[in-house]
Amino acid sequence: MSDAIVQGGDADFEQEVLKSDLPVLVDFWAPWCGPCLMIAPLLEEIAKANQGKLKVVKINVDENGKTPVTYGVMSIPTLMVFKGGELKDRLVGFRSKNDIIDLFMKYV
Amino acid sequence: MNGPWDVIIVGAGPAGLSAAIYAGRARRSTLVLEKGLPGGQILVTDWVENFPGFPDGVTPFELMRDFHKHAEKFGAKVETDEIDKISGSEGAWLLRGSKNEYIARAVIIATGSAYRRLGLENESRLTGRGVSYCATCDGAFFAGRDIAMVGGGDNALKEALFLTKYCRKVTVIHRRDRFRGERIYQERIFANEKVQVLWDTVVEAINGGDKIESLDLRNLKTNNKIHLPVDGLFVSIGTEPQTGFVRGFLDLNEWGQVKVDLNMETSVPGIFAAGDVSDACPKQIATAVGTGVHAALSAEEYLSRR
Repeated sequence: MSDAIVQGGDADFEQEVLKSDLPVLVDFWAPWCGPCLMIAPLLEEIAKANQGKLKVVKINVDENGKTPVTYGVMSIPTLMVFKGGELKDRLVGFRSKNDIIDLFMKYV
Repeated sequence: MNGPWDVIIVGAGPAGLSAAIYAGRARRSTLVLEKGLPGGQILVTDWVENFPGFPDGVTPFELMRDFHKHAEKFGAKVETDEIDKISGSEGAWLLRGSKNEYIARAVIIATGSAYRRLGLENESRLTGRGVSYCATCDGAFFAGRDIAMVGGGDNALKEALFLTKYCRKVTVIHRRDRFRGERIYQERIFANEKVQVLWDTVVEAINGGDKIESLDLRNLKTNNKIHLPVDGLFVSIGTEPQTGFVRGFLDLNEWGQVKVDLNMETSVPGIFAAGDVSDACPKQIATAVGTGVHAALSAEEYLSRR
């Protein structure tokens, strides 16, 4: 796992995501979810390519039950974009790298 | 420009990685391009119990990790890129990816297939809000709930059984009066007290605001309408071949699969296809492996002829 990606959770969601100065791409995932594993390398590339412009935070829904419920996550992977503490957009399921880039590009 | 490679394989599922093992062992320079994680669509299932040689079953993740390792052991390179265009001419095929352009003497298309949608009005809006295409991913979000599964093939039955581990009740909705899926899954479905089957029935509407609330169903034989309250809807009604980037370049059949001959060669000499994306593969890991190997052998013969 690269250090370009932050492992977040219920305890630090406010600090890492809602209070972040940068726009945040949040990935709700779990280790037993195939499509989550499939997009993981794409998120690594996106995090590295956008360092300083975008923060990528991964939230393991197995270990963090509260945040997924707060944001109505019922499918994984779900990607969400937060800016200035607000949820701006979401994308559900396995998507291409270009779809993911389109999701956050207008907020960075 | 990256290459020229002897063989470029597009897609690193069971077909693509099997082709890579054989192309590598033929000592051909071999590049496999995969848009996500090597393994492909099979990673979406929880458990594989019909792949020969694994009587105790295996997780698709372990199986595909070993396919990947096996391909690299014999020299194939596996890289992440998504190809969106193929052009060029015989002996020098040009593949345009989002990162790079690649050139190859022979190409094997093994891009597989992706799940099909019902095509109903609220389906996209409620995806991730109760509508799901992956039981292994999302089953845990529906613990103790009532859900419905649409479909009657292997995957639908397998996913319905998986969901009984979490859900209170699973209603299987199938448009015909019998299942297509493997008999062994049918036996388990009929023996499971949590499962109710609605035969000859189709989903006509998905209802809900912030999340799914109910389904409108219709029995095709009696025309009876049923209103079924649900907390979730899982859809498994087959797959669509991933052929966007070869449309207009290779001949496809009426279902959008790449047409291949008995040697897995497409309508264009030097370009082969294998696995779910081809019209020669009955959507099993073992047949994907078989067609992948066959395509690599044919590519090898093609290259040695030239």
